[in-house]
Amino acid sequence: MNMPDLAKLIFGRLTIEAIPYHEPILIGTFIAVAIGGIALLALITKHKLWGYLWSEWFTSIDHKKIGIMYMVLGIVMLLRGFSDAIMMRAQQAMAFNGNPGFLPPHHYDQVFTAHGVIMIFFVAMPLVTGLMNYVVPLQIGARDVAFPFLNNFSFWMTVAGAMLVMASLFVGEFARTGWLAYPPLSGLAQSPDVGVDYYIWSLQVAGVGTTLSGINLLATIVKMRAPGMSMMKMPIFTWTSLLTNVLIIAAFPVLTAVLVLLALDRYAGTNFFTNDFGGNAMMYVNLIWIWGHPEVYILVLPVFGVFSEVVATFSRKRLFGYASMVYATVVIAVLSYLVWLHHFFTMGSGASVNSFFGITTMIISIPTGAKIFNWLFTMYRGRIKFDVPMLWTVGFMVTFVIGGMTGVMLAVPPADFLLHNSLFLIAHFHNVIIGGVIFGLFAGINYWFPKAFGYRLDPFWGKCSFWFWLVGFWVAFMPLYVLGFMGVTRRMNHFDDPSLQIWFQIAAFGAFLIALGIGSFLVQLWVSYKRRDELRDVTGDPWHGRTLEWSTSSPPPDYNFAFTPVIHDSDAWWDMKERNAGRRLEGYLPIHMPKNTGAGIILAGISFVFGFAMIWHMFLIAGIAFVALIATAIGHTFNYKRDYYIPADEVARTEAARTEELAAHV
Amino acid sequence: MKMLRGLLIPALALLLSGCDAVLFSPSGDIARQQRDLIIISTVLMLLIVVPVIVMILHFAWKYRESNKAAEPEYAPDWNHSTVLELLIWSAPLLIIIALGAITWTSTHKLDPYRPLDQVAQGRPLVPGVKPLRVDVVALDWKWLFLYPEQGIATVNEMAAPVDRPIEFHITASTVMNAFFVPSLAGMIYAMPGMETQLNAVMNKTGDFEGISANYSGAGFSDMRFRFHSLSQGEFDAWVAKAKGGGGELSREDYLKLEQPSEKEPVRYYGSVAPGLYNAILNRCVESNRMCANDMMALDARGGQGVVGAYNVTSLDAATRARVGLKDDDRRYVGALCVAATDGKPMTPAGRPL
Repeated sequence: MNMPDLAKLIFGRLTIEAIPYHEPILIGTFIAVAIGGIALLALITKHKLWGYLWSEWFTSIDHKKIGIMYMVLGIVMLLRGFSDAIMMRAQQAMAFNGNPGFLPPHHYDQVFTAHGVIMIFFVAMPLVTGLMNYVVPLQIGARDVAFPFLNNFSFWMTVAGAMLVMASLFVGEFARTGWLAYPPLSGLAQSPDVGVDYYIWSLQVAGVGTTLSGINLLATIVKMRAPGMSMMKMPIFTWTSLLTNVLIIAAFPVLTAVLVLLALDRYAGTNFFTNDFGGNAMMYVNLIWIWGHPEVYILVLPVFGVFSEVVATFSRKRLFGYASMVYATVVIAVLSYLVWLHHFFTMGSGASVNSFFGITTMIISIPTGAKIFNWLFTMYRGRIKFDVPMLWTVGFMVTFVIGGMTGVMLAVPPADFLLHNSLFLIAHFHNVIIGGVIFGLFAGINYWFPKAFGYRLDPFWGKCSFWFWLVGFWVAFMPLYVLGFMGVTRRMNHFDDPSLQIWFQIAAFGAFLIALGIGSFLVQLWVSYKRRDELRDVTGDPWHGRTLEWSTSSPPPDYNFAFTPVIHDSDAWWDMKERNAGRRLEGYLPIHMPKNTGAGIILAGISFVFGFAMIWHMFLIAGIAFVALIATAIGHTFNYKRDYYIPADEVARTEAARTEELAAHV
Repeated sequence: MKMLRGLLIPALALLLSGCDAVLFSPSGDIARQQRDLIIISTVLMLLIVVPVIVMILHFAWKYRESNKAAEPEYAPDWNHSTVLELLIWSAPLLIIIALGAITWTSTHKLDPYRPLDQVAQGRPLVPGVKPLRVDVVALDWKWLFLYPEQGIATVNEMAAPVDRPIEFHITASTVMNAFFVPSLAGMIYAMPGMETQLNAVMNKTGDFEGISANYSGAGFSDMRFRFHSLSQGEFDAWVAKAKGGGGELSREDYLKLEQPSEKEPVRYYGSVAPGLYNAILNRCVESNRMCANDMMALDARGGQGVVGAYNVTSLDAATRARVGLKDDDRRYVGALCVAATDGKPMTPAGRPL
């Protein structure tokens, strides 16, 4: 075998040319990332943290630690996704009057594709999954999720997917197709390079994690609720999480399937979505939106749950209309499968098909409206404390109704013919995703942070972050609504009409304000850590909460609950406080716990290698990685050291320490 | 205060210029009706959105913890009211019923496939006036317009007589685009191998902008064309100019034109190879390539089984050389057979040879 053949066998189509050393922006980024990465690794090594990280975090199957790791992943990826956003806003603000801006289409098209993919799959999804992971078992009085190892594996698969996207920055390039990679543009004929393959494999690898975590949380909620917690006594956040995970399990296999078909078109020469041989790209568009629309609700339902918890806690009132809240959520979940076609009314379906999907879309606004009213009437006759989570909630309510309204406008097919694909559409979905999902995540982070870390987040910087985000959002996206009315379409690299420029400049200023909001949040984390002694929460119940997670210490012990609680009310902890139900202080038993394992991170590591090898057509390495993946998975089934007992006296010691702390506080 | 006014006036001016936006000042009857729908649906929803926002802010302010006056009202366990529940479900429901009815009727009325029944509000069609047919092809990255009636073709510029209904037939060469003249009517996708239609009419003369409203790759931002709305006389002159201005758009010229290019200048062709639009739509402009409608007609009659899989060819070297293309390794199904009925040869789809 001669050298080029050997090189092709090992490296596939990966050559030195795949490293973008001729692109100054990327080299700068790479150097910054490399210096930052090396500094981080050096710090970890200097403080001898590797062992600690490996045994206490990376291999942990504790749902609380995995939840926190998901949040860290989401926040890190937010910085990447947001820098893409800033680049886009800057490009569009300057590319007028013949000025090409600083991003040529080749680069710019990757930036907006990566922005969408990262924000949805690697920011919103990990943050939402992280919150559910952390909070759900605590809210239902469970000691962990149903399948603790699977949880760790799911997390690392998500990380592996994110790493593949990040790798595309420095090795090869990312897709230039838009975040849903519609064929024929994403087909081999139009996109022969590796970009779309990065897209396919990063989503496939991460998708395994998402689907498994959906199954895991569904099983947890269905099977592991504390005695007495009937379905209609579940906290609302648990309800919305339940339905989210049902949606994940039903929707993500569709995404996996459609990406498999696209991959077959690209790797095996099939013609599912090509222009010739009977292929039809519109099948892809249908299939991806059958996943894509429920995905919107996968993101937003859990944060509806967060708002429900926050608004009841900070109004110090029982949630108004619990039952109608539950039914509204169920109706939204069901309807979310009946609206996908509204993403492409302009495809030319008949009028009856278009009106059907337009009207089902509008119907969703009824239960959503009911939810808004329920939150409203929870505030009514309350004693509202405007702590940071509540600020986010009120900001959300006002912002979200506008986003909902513009959504219904887009649901009228003939109106959509004018507004589709325009910046109005961009403004609409950022209005609901930022105003809904992101605001909800920040509410949730501020709300549950003291539970996870034992101290509250600094309120001053929290308020800064909130106001910068809120004002920044409106300044960044109102101009986009206006531009949409001016007939400006999305994904434009440069413009001819100079009268548009002022609007893009305002939008860019808004993005800058949002940057300050993100910066304030990071400062908030740092300042809170520095002031942790002042902000300490010794009671475990800093907000006078209503649900079970507030009955534990902050942070909760590994086993969450020394005794499985018995539930009499949907606001279980409020009910216990009302009845002065004291903690039980004796009769501890050894607690059966799952044991940490490195199998998840190893499997995900091999999956990363497999995905990377497939992307670059290194089929030999891909084959080896695949065999290794199966072998490791089978090997792990022979690991019988999967559990251990926390001895009764250790439980007794932990609980006694908490008793002392509580006594000292009172 | 002075500074505030200094800020407010430009902001207001800006907003007013925003109200001047093209979607709010349409020049075609379809775009006008679609604009009216945007306004009607917004007003209907504001009926509920405004009170909700007011209530959110009012409740948030009134029931704040520091407001001692509201303390007696505090009702920690109040969480249900049948009347309110009925109200909060039925109020949005009523709005959606109204909007749903509007949606159903307007979607049917403004279906892009439906022939027009009026030129403008209160002006019915003139009997006997046939719509102007324009075949639109979205290429990488320019627009090709074919006028079968006039026998001309143009690139990146089109024209139509004012107040005459236009019937667009729209397809694309390789990737999906959206055909959009904001002043004229809403957009519709242009998809390779498929045809969409749009019926519209322009009510004002003038020079309007047309764009691709669906991202289609590197040259997408410059994929724009001019739409000239002209009086009948001016239109005839425009057609004459096109007829005189350029040669024939042959199949081979088309294959060259189809190759990706950006910022193409306006071009006119005085005549067009017969059946070109149909060949583009059925992806058989190359002389040795089987048309998709023939392929489908064969399949509809039971297909060719395994035989079909072997009848694959690539563009022959001579054609490639003539057109100036590289061998892109693309393979096509070549012709399979010609079905002869009544002694007249025709393709499987029934097109006479």
